[in-house]
Amino acid sequence: MPYINPVIGGLLIGLSAVLMMYAIGRICGISGIVKGAIQNLFLDPLKHVKEHAWRWMFLIGLIIGPLITHQVPSAKAPSPIAASWGLVIVSGLLVGAGTTLGSGCTSGHGVCGIARLSTRSLVATMIFMLSGFITVYVVRHLL
Amino acid sequence: MKNLFSLTCGILFGIGLSLSGMTNPQVVLGFLDLFGNWNPMLIFVMASAVPITFIGYRIVLSRKQQPLCDNEFYLPVKKSIDGKLILGAVIFGTGWGLSGLCPGPAVASLSSLQPKVFGFVLAMIMGMVIVDYLIKPIKKDH
Repeated sequence: MPYINPVIGGLLIGLSAVLMMYAIGRICGISGIVKGAIQNLFLDPLKHVKEHAWRWMFLIGLIIGPLITHQVPSAKAPSPIAASWGLVIVSGLLVGAGTTLGSGCTSGHGVCGIARLSTRSLVATMIFMLSGFITVYVVRHLL
Repeated sequence: MKNLFSLTCGILFGIGLSLSGMTNPQVVLGFLDLFGNWNPMLIFVMASAVPITFIGYRIVLSRKQQPLCDNEFYLPVKKSIDGKLILGAVIFGTGWGLSGLCPGPAVASLSSLQPKVFGFVLAMIMGMVIVDYLIKPIKKDH
């Protein structure tokens, strides 16, 4: 049953989002958490890290998570990134720019926002999915 | 205490992303290849994450005055669908489709120690800083 791991994975993501709201009152949006962790970091690093420690702790946890998953035999180790270095950098720049301009990504809009029945998040999710479909179509089937 | 909860949430989220296949760019690109050899598996991730979050948020936000470790719930207040939201989503989707990486899975994949993941995350941070710098003057006008 190939859909078992995606379903359990989704449950854990949902659980994480709910616990986050319950415990610290925050939306589980990764682009926002990353942005807040690095924004103005160098103006007053000590004060900043103290205030935003929760962001850093979340991101550290996010990195630890997959190491635990890979102990499970049915969870396949991720394949290496196929995209070239140039494409990876351009893609990173676009993802950073787009999520900042559009105030969110797959987690903040796609999961938490839709779960809050936010129209903004629903619209954003439909647009970035469509934009992703078109990009993959162009790259895989037209170029 | 706040940090311990946050760390726990991060770990849960990281396990969820990697177990579901979201940290595997080939799986993500397969999902985005709607007009080709479509791999629908990632639909199940959203289909289980969204209802859990919907129900959980309802319970938490209706029964609690404030979160366990803070004084208020930090919920987005913006309601309008503006050009920034739409253009941002178009740009994000394009970047996502080029590599199969989005912010959560990219950070989670740092654990795989692939140099390209570090390159992606650094470029992503640069993209954030650049746009933040560019839209700041617009914010001051309001």
